[in-house]
Amino acid sequence: MKELNTIFADHNPKLPVLNDEIYVNGLTTLNLGPTHPATHGVFQNILQMDGEKIVSGVPTIGYIHRAFEKLAEHRPFYQITPITDRLNYCSSPINNMGWHMTVEKLLGVEVPKRGQYLRVIMMELSRIADHLICNGILGVDSGAYTGFLYLFEERENIYEIFEEVCGTRLTTNMGRVGGMERDLTPRAEAKLRKFLDKFPPIMREFERMFNRNRIFMDRTIDVGGITAEKALNYGFTGPNLRAAGVDYDVRVMNPYSSYEDFEFEIPVGTAGDTYDRFIVRNEEIWQSLRIIHQALEKMPAGPIIAQEQHYKLPPKELVYKSMEALIYHFKIIMGEIDAPVGEVYHSVEGGNGELGFYLISDGGRTPYRLHFRRPCFIYYQAYPEMVVGSQLSDAILTLSSLNVIAGELDA
Amino acid sequence: MIANQELLDYLIKKHGASILDSAEPFGLLTVHTGRENVLDILSDLYAHDSYRFRFLTDLCAVHYPQNKGAELVIVYHLHSLETNTRLRIKAFLDINDPVIPTASELFATANWMERETYDFFGVIFSGHPNLVRILNEDEMDYFPMRKEYTLEDPNRRDKVDKMFGR
Amino acid sequence: MVKMVEAPDGVEGAGFFATKLDQVVGMARSNSLWPLPFATSCCGIEFMATMCSHYDISRFGSERPSFSPRQADLLMVMGTISKKMGPILRQTYEQMAEPRWVLSVGACACSGGIFDTYSVLQGIDRVIPVDVYVPGCPPRPEQIIEGLMKIQELARNESQRRRNTPEYQALLESYNIQ
Repeated sequence: MKELNTIFADHNPKLPVLNDEIYVNGLTTLNLGPTHPATHGVFQNILQMDGEKIVSGVPTIGYIHRAFEKLAEHRPFYQITPITDRLNYCSSPINNMGWHMTVEKLLGVEVPKRGQYLRVIMMELSRIADHLICNGILGVDSGAYTGFLYLFEERENIYEIFEEVCGTRLTTNMGRVGGMERDLTPRAEAKLRKFLDKFPPIMREFERMFNRNRIFMDRTIDVGGITAEKALNYGFTGPNLRAAGVDYDVRVMNPYSSYEDFEFEIPVGTAGDTYDRFIVRNEEIWQSLRIIHQALEKMPAGPIIAQEQHYKLPPKELVYKSMEALIYHFKIIMGEIDAPVGEVYHSVEGGNGELGFYLISDGGRTPYRLHFRRPCFIYYQAYPEMVVGSQLSDAILTLSSLNVIAGELDA
Repeated sequence: MIANQELLDYLIKKHGASILDSAEPFGLLTVHTGRENVLDILSDLYAHDSYRFRFLTDLCAVHYPQNKGAELVIVYHLHSLETNTRLRIKAFLDINDPVIPTASELFATANWMERETYDFFGVIFSGHPNLVRILNEDEMDYFPMRKEYTLEDPNRRDKVDKMFGR
Repeated sequence: MVKMVEAPDGVEGAGFFATKLDQVVGMARSNSLWPLPFATSCCGIEFMATMCSHYDISRFGSERPSFSPRQADLLMVMGTISKKMGPILRQTYEQMAEPRWVLSVGACACSGGIFDTYSVLQGIDRVIPVDVYVPGCPPRPEQIIEGLMKIQELARNESQRRRNTPEYQALLESYNIQ
């Protein structure tokens, strides 16, 4: 544990210089430690408090640093997809698709329309899943456990759809470079349609429980607010920025994967406080449902993956018969495909904001450098500024409403 | 959206000799500059009335051990939300003198991004309010993302390298 | 009909039931394990799914997840533990009172998982003794429940004197835990 005066130096230089005593000048130091029921993930906040009021705070992170960027330099492209899963693990398909799109940009591969629409459906489903967790946990932290249970039952239905498409529930490793690995089976489509039918009443019930709930409103309105200028200066993106009033959505500004074909609104808040973030996420769930409906209706027929022989596994019948197919099958699985030289930056709208992939390839089978622009890491630095002056219980709610996912924070 | 050529012309006209090189990989204008000029270019683009590059999307570094004299590259990704234009600025640093002025006065978001870059590559951002390690342990005495260091922990005894294909 | 736990073998009569103390205590302990969900990453989300109404861990007695180690019986470590987190995990384990069990959920907690890197602890048994390992990345809720059931079996069959035996003391010594 470093000296307290160096820890607090950067956040508020006008603070009195502390010595190593815990209780100095009437201020208590409280360690909202890495393991805490309120921090959903491992990150620490050392708060300096005047009674119940927070005077200053220093976030420390890195408790789940798994060295993704260094790991990615040693893995071929298809083996990096499971790594991207573990970034924002509540919405893994978005990370997977973002990574595949980055590689496709590098290779110049065009994904067929049907593949793009399938990707959009999966990404929007995972966005719904991510927001369900965030809002459910916000309810739990303010004392309302029931909403969380209702929403997680719906998440189980989303998990079943993911299982039909890719085999696993949470860390999906979904999609291939050039499209999707398998089409929507009739059973998957039936489960998807059943979800689209059964989910809205549950969501409406959840909203009825919380949106105009006097206690919830009192606890969340004007709590943890941030202005739009400050949010932009801190690099906020995603629902947190939209709650502050800026309608920046990567799906609209730099459309990818046929998002320009769909009609949807960007919900924008006004005050940037916890209540606005909650409502913006709820509204985004409705907009995602709208996008999924449109994608299902307008789904074109056709191939789901580009015929890129270096990245698409050849059909099994050919693998057993032709030597060339066997060689490509082996090379793709073992990751012996060399990528072209280039550097590319691609970003997608993740559950928490602009998730960017900066890939530099030097012609080998693994990237030379892969950097993830992680939205959680970037907006978490503004957390002390959002909670200074508020009570501890407000700080807990602000933390929940920011939806900080530890995997994305530390990478 | 501002055309890349127009932006490049403006940068060359305003900053002349500072723009050492430029390229457009995959449609994103990339300019190379020296470490003394980076902050000038960033502030100029920030304050410009019509371009308004006020959003720092990303700040990272890359290590090229074979480029003697310019081993470390600091990469800034800028975004102008009003005009929907992106720009990438690269500054080259020698590994024996990896010092560059901080951008955290201009963009509050650069604070932790620079700390991360320091943690991984050892780049010193002069003027940074609190340049300490952020993701790795405080006691770590090397910069892990540099190419000379291995991915695995060099001190581990439990995993037999031969069985793990290393 | 709610299925209650089976009573241990004993002699029953009007107003009394005679059995071995070990078995009664074991039955009580195994059906009321209060977990400490030490959830760090993706496995933590699968634990949340296990805790919720679909898979429902509370029907096994783990109704009250305790985030305070002093009041918890079972330390469920779910997710990657990095080297920075190791001392904190140890502190949490040391604060728990006997009898305590450790369930290591997920490949990262068991052995470092896919992250064989400089910053990840290659298995939590580097720092604390583990009772049951649940592999998976992430393990399905059914697997987590099976891990819990194995802990229940351990708790049910444990002798009262186990925590004082020299073997157990030697185990704690090897981890430098007093």
